Amino acid sequence: MNKYLTASILVGALALSACTRPDRFGGGADGMAGGAGAGANAGAGFDQSGAIGQSGLGNPDSPEYFAQSIGDRVLFQVDQSTLTSEAMATLDGQAQWLMTNSDYLAVIEGHADEQGTREYNVALGARRANAAREYLISRGVPSSRLRTISYGKERPVATCSDPSCYAQNRRAVTVIAAGALS
Amino acid sequence: MLTRTIALLLAPLVAATALPAPALAQGGPLQITISEGVIEPLPFAVPMFQAETAGAEQVAADITRVVAQDLIGTGLFREIPSTSFISTPASFASPVAYPDWRAINAQALITGAVAVNGDQLTVKFRLYDVFTGAELGEGLQFTGTTGGWRRMGHKVADAVYSRITGESGYFDSRVVFVSESGPKDDRARRLGIMDYDGENRQFLTDSNSLVLAPRFSPGGDRVLYTSYESGFPRINLLDVASVGRRQITTVEGEMAFSPRFTKDGQSVIYSVSTGGNTDIYRTDLGSGAHSRLTSAPSIETSPSLSPDGSRIVFESDRSGTQQLYVMPVSGGEPQRISFGEGRYGSPVWSPRGDLIAFTKQNAGRFHIGVMRTDGSEERLLTSSFLDESPTWAPNGRVLMFTRETQGASGGPQVHSVDISGRNLKQVPTGGFSSDPSWGPLQQ
Repeated sequence: MNKYLTASILVGALALSACTRPDRFGGGADGMAGGAGAGANAGAGFDQSGAIGQSGLGNPDSPEYFAQSIGDRVLFQVDQSTLTSEAMATLDGQAQWLMTNSDYLAVIEGHADEQGTREYNVALGARRANAAREYLISRGVPSSRLRTISYGKERPVATCSDPSCYAQNRRAVTVIAAGALS
Repeated sequence: MLTRTIALLLAPLVAATALPAPALAQGGPLQITISEGVIEPLPFAVPMFQAETAGAEQVAADITRVVAQDLIGTGLFREIPSTSFISTPASFASPVAYPDWRAINAQALITGAVAVNGDQLTVKFRLYDVFTGAELGEGLQFTGTTGGWRRMGHKVADAVYSRITGESGYFDSRVVFVSESGPKDDRARRLGIMDYDGENRQFLTDSNSLVLAPRFSPGGDRVLYTSYESGFPRINLLDVASVGRRQITTVEGEMAFSPRFTKDGQSVIYSVSTGGNTDIYRTDLGSGAHSRLTSAPSIETSPSLSPDGSRIVFESDRSGTQQLYVMPVSGGEPQRISFGEGRYGSPVWSPRGDLIAFTKQNAGRFHIGVMRTDGSEERLLTSSFLDESPTWAPNGRVLMFTRETQGASGGPQVHSVDISGRNLKQVPTGGFSSDPSWGPLQQ
């Protein structure tokens, strides 16, 4: 006796429901530059129209000079967001530069090494970026010129899996941008 | 009457989590009892499903292989190769020649038939307990479209698994994950969706901006994830069918991330960082009303709701290191539940309600583990350079997670393991992949 329980399933509609054409997504992202890596400042909520003026390492008022001669980053100990004396010295230089070059804004990017879970590391990077920001504010930089973002462990600059690379990745990077906070 | 038992090593967890009498009790002794002991996979035979319409031979063969692969893939079943068969059924309606199957020690026999009419596909099957010489349950028939043939195979395998184990299956389910490509210091990420076995992979977003940690809605029709599309971490809600997406308006803050659906799918529970401090909030997707669930100067993130919706497990470093805490769904005083050595993160409540899976970091290694919801009976299931982010199969018996290999050329791959720590394997995803979120059994 063949008595079947019939279970109809809407296989077609469900199986084909996900996008199969690449041109169906991405529309909302056009013109945006999300996911900027270390060193990039596009898409970080700033108006990019401001004049930067003369650039280059030879000009002490240039973002290049800031990044390389003053030092755009400070490093942290494992699972810490406390600023070392070396970090504070770097941030003193950053604060001085930002006070002199008052047309510039900055986004401080917080990062973590890969030895941690993903979402915790986003929160840890936020803590590190904020530590750098608070220090710059304490040295006189207006808070309105400083914004923070965390990339967690998603944007390493050093790719090996040993302490020498981890030390470089546990960082807060001050990225200079021109214009007004949007 | 013979009783053949396959014991799945589940340590002492089973005693308190045993189901009521399995649904198959009336069907006969063909069963896998989950209890302590050593596993001996149950041998089954699945002759190629009969093609009942002209031209259906290929899809019938393909569906048969899906059924076999699903069952083998659990680690609980072993397929007897067709080269050992003494006879095969002349038709789906033919009487079963039990002695021929007993002779090759097939304990379960699955027969099936496939018919194609236009783009309509009909699959029917029967399951037999060879040693008692009786059918286990009634024949079942599924109807769908030819394009969904893999799902038809999964449906058959889910029914077989369910009848033999007394538990619901998990084969007809999908997983949303992050597909990764490019070098380690410039990795592109986009959301992908796939069947539980890595088949039918499709992208849900482009790779223009960083995406993190997607989560399926309870119904599997929507996905919450963290997106850097705006330049800063924000929470997006994506409709799977249309791949349309929108940014959720969260409480004010510098960063919003770690979103999870509530059990009714109507609200999102997530983290916001402001001034370096991270707490957990809830926002109603309809009204936009917010509430704050934690208020501490420490990091509170990675929430996960209990299946009854009454409690939230999350991670916090309020004690000085990452540990797991449970609080009422509306907030309130959290109770710490993790007390072992090391750090605990990314907790996920089992859909059965009995266990919490987590990532543990200790002595330079990462582990996926499970513990009871009060923190007792912790067991580590995996160990590697970097394992993290577990997600539960719909039946609470298998976990997927991210395993990352070390070094500049290393990268993440989605893996799965059952809650006994057995059957560890990589899920084929066609490249680097991370942060799986296992959706519900499809209807």
